[in-house]
Amino acid sequence: MAIVEVRKLRKYFDAGGVHAVDGVDVATEEGEYLVLLGPSGCGKTTLLRTIAGLEVPTEGEVLIGGHVVNGLPPRARRIAMVFQSYALYPHKSVLANIVFPLKAERIGKAERERKAGWAADLLGIGHLFDRKPRQLSGGERQRVALARALVREPSVFLLDEPLSNLDAKLRASARDELKSFQQRIGTTTIYVTHDQVEAMGLGDRIAVMYEGRVRQIGKPVEVYDDPADTFVATFLGSPPMNLVPRDGRLIGFRPEHLLPEEIVSGDDRITLPFHVHRLEHLSGDRHLYGVVKGLGEETRIIARLPATVSVPITPDQTYTFAVHGYHLRFFDAKSGERTDPVRVGG
Amino acid sequence: MAQATLERADVETGRRARPRFADRDGLLAWVFLLPSVVYIIALVAVPFFLAIAFSFSDVTTGNPSFNWAGLRNYQRIFGDPVFWQSLKNTLVYTGIAMALIVVLGKVLANILVANFRGKWIVRFLVLLPWTTPVALSAIAWLWLLDSIFSPIDWVLREFGFIQGNMYWLGKPNLAMASVIAVYTWRTLPLAAVIIMAGLVAIPKDIVEAAAVDGAGFWRRMFEVTIPFTLPVIAVAALFGAVITFTDMTVVYLLTGGGPTHSTQVLASWAFIKGIEGGDLAQGAAVALFLFPLLLAAVIAILTAVRRMEVS
Amino acid sequence: MTAAPTTALDERTIAHLRRRAARRHVAARIGLYAAAVTAALVCAGPFLWSGITAFKQDTDLYQRDNNPFIYNVNPTGEHVSYLFTDTAFATFAWNTLWVGLLVVAITLFLGLPAAYSLARLNRPWSGPLGIAIFFVYLVPPTLLFISLSRVVGVLGLQDSTWSLVLIYPTITIPVSVWLLIGFLKAIPKDIEEQAMVDGYSRLGAFVRTVVPLVFPGVVAVVVFAFTLAASEFIYALAFVSPTSEKVISTGVPTELVRGDVFFWQSLQASTVLVAVPIAFVFNLFLERFIAGFTMGAVKG
Repeated sequence: MAIVEVRKLRKYFDAGGVHAVDGVDVATEEGEYLVLLGPSGCGKTTLLRTIAGLEVPTEGEVLIGGHVVNGLPPRARRIAMVFQSYALYPHKSVLANIVFPLKAERIGKAERERKAGWAADLLGIGHLFDRKPRQLSGGERQRVALARALVREPSVFLLDEPLSNLDAKLRASARDELKSFQQRIGTTTIYVTHDQVEAMGLGDRIAVMYEGRVRQIGKPVEVYDDPADTFVATFLGSPPMNLVPRDGRLIGFRPEHLLPEEIVSGDDRITLPFHVHRLEHLSGDRHLYGVVKGLGEETRIIARLPATVSVPITPDQTYTFAVHGYHLRFFDAKSGERTDPVRVGG
Repeated sequence: MAQATLERADVETGRRARPRFADRDGLLAWVFLLPSVVYIIALVAVPFFLAIAFSFSDVTTGNPSFNWAGLRNYQRIFGDPVFWQSLKNTLVYTGIAMALIVVLGKVLANILVANFRGKWIVRFLVLLPWTTPVALSAIAWLWLLDSIFSPIDWVLREFGFIQGNMYWLGKPNLAMASVIAVYTWRTLPLAAVIIMAGLVAIPKDIVEAAAVDGAGFWRRMFEVTIPFTLPVIAVAALFGAVITFTDMTVVYLLTGGGPTHSTQVLASWAFIKGIEGGDLAQGAAVALFLFPLLLAAVIAILTAVRRMEVS
Repeated sequence: MTAAPTTALDERTIAHLRRRAARRHVAARIGLYAAAVTAALVCAGPFLWSGITAFKQDTDLYQRDNNPFIYNVNPTGEHVSYLFTDTAFATFAWNTLWVGLLVVAITLFLGLPAAYSLARLNRPWSGPLGIAIFFVYLVPPTLLFISLSRVVGVLGLQDSTWSLVLIYPTITIPVSVWLLIGFLKAIPKDIEEQAMVDGYSRLGAFVRTVVPLVFPGVVAVVVFAFTLAASEFIYALAFVSPTSEKVISTGVPTELVRGDVFFWQSLQASTVLVAVPIAFVFNLFLERFIAGFTMGAVKG
């Protein structure tokens, strides 16, 4: 049974002027890590807040544990949420922050402290109990917020960009911690982010959102390899998928799949002349910026050569590159939707 | 796990999950606001309409029964030269006081936001006129402006500027000037605090950018500080004008409107007629003349605020 | 060869500019201190005078040619003690205090929820109603005192200090609501929403997270409202005439002046006695008022 499900959910702001969420159907699977990914303003946070009960949906239903919870206040939904800012109560100590949700349930003092101790042990913040939030580092704050969410023993965790307030170095280790934490607890988690690295790294499944709709939902590798439309294709991946127009369609291929022809072997390879304008060295890889001809219209594209490829490349030269036919993806040029593959002469 | 959650959700739904009053924003918004609104309607809006009704009646302190008097009160007021004198005085009083308050308030605010030693004590001293109940500070001034023992006169005599006394409150023009000066002195600190709020709100990087671009003190003042604080100052000045326009305390305590009504303002005259003279109806009619100007000021403020929001 | 003199000239110019900047800096500092001292003297001068006068003997005070700044005859404390022994000054002070505190309590009790409603609960009428409440502050006592004296009479509060407790909140609520809206908007929304997710109702979240967090703003509003209530003159004069019911604002100028006889030293003493503590407390919270005004202006 799905812990959280939304059906035909719509949320309009400003008397219908802004369609923040525009018809979303999503259901979580038991114990999974579902990531809502999309650019800012795509409606992912609004969707999360609607699930939490902080926003009232314009249309549609929210189900938690199989019950329609529309109209129920947030407190009655058995959810826990971690805000982007962590929203620690600045006037309360760490311990008081963690037991605050338990007080709401009128749980006795001894039991409250037992649970707080358990959550703190799990996150390694027991020594911080007497501090005030302002005396904590970013990483510590995040853990306190998680502990506070944990003690409620919620049926679902809702996390709203919990890593975006951490500096880049801390983010990688915090991401790792989040993932192992969730695996230990096994609670269904919905995680909102605009960062594809977080999404790919954390998610059991990713729902890519754009303009209030879910464009595609699937395992990270599916979403990456088989994007449902050009938005997903170009939003995921860094650099994004190359799109070459041809006869009312767009032919897409990932930058790492376009390689010098001597490395690409097999029958279905398609060779292309690639005129390199400029190259960048980024963490061992080489990013080549240039123009390809032959596949369709002449198009500016990017190729990514992994560190293992040592073919010498200099700017302002034309090389012969190749891509496997099974790496090509086809989209309708107008709608951006995926279409059937067409034959592309080599 | 799923089963447990389900059961717990069931319990929740049954016991306390249903939205209560305390969850409903819409209802709460009203319940939170209503007491204040009722209070204000009962003790501001109702008396306001009562005042209008009074002005068309013949109510006095001695005879509180309400009889329709039509426009008689207004006719009597228009026929009274003191009314016209008061109206003129009110306008002069408000105009001059506000001009002084805005200009000096800006200067004072600039001093108070600067960093210097002893800032705390200077702020404390500067705030004194506003935080002291006006009735008391007016009394202090009454002594300073005393017809015989005025310390100000003593200083002027020591320097040889005058021989006898100035009779600050005894001569019409001088009395008006004194009243305006005292009012300005009292209101200045508040104006300075409000303008300070505007100054503090100027984005620091803009001031710094101007300094880097080679703008000196005066150029920064006229091209950054003043344009940025102008909206705040404009609204504050309009408010100040309304409050000044309707104030009577300084006049009432210093001169009682004298000598021979030369400092009488509408508000003090309404008080003298309505409360001291017991003619509630006429007092109310005089006081109501404050209203059209009040309305004009409110419209001006709203327009100014809207224009600020647009830009 | 050609480059060297240019560099020398540059350095000389730089040194010159540096000296000029230093001179200007010194001049600016001197100007600032002069301006600050002048401002302090102009504003506080009358109180200084009051302080001196309060201890003067009659023979010193009522001599036209005596220097008013010094004691020409030995100073005396008798006029100050007269204030406490022979006048109702202590009663006035006590009345002002409890009226002020009750008014502040009513103001907060009504104003804080109202401000929260306008700042956070996001009803379509929040904006216009907020402005309307603020404009109430513009309706002056001078317009209302005549009809209000009638209302007060009908309620049986004529000549009672309680009439002021009833009426003053009409002055303090509008300003306080406006200031509080500013302070409330400065509290991150996340905090209340977190409390709601953590199992509290909107009301519970307000009481347990918003109220403690807005406390510094509340203190500022308390001081502000108290100052307004203590300064009010017109209503106090119009509604209350028995000596024992008067507040400082009306008691001192009416009771210490008997016909043409002014008890000058005692009057001056009472001015200083009242002015200094209020200004002292107010000054403690000055930064916070400024913050409050700004928040109201920027985010309102």
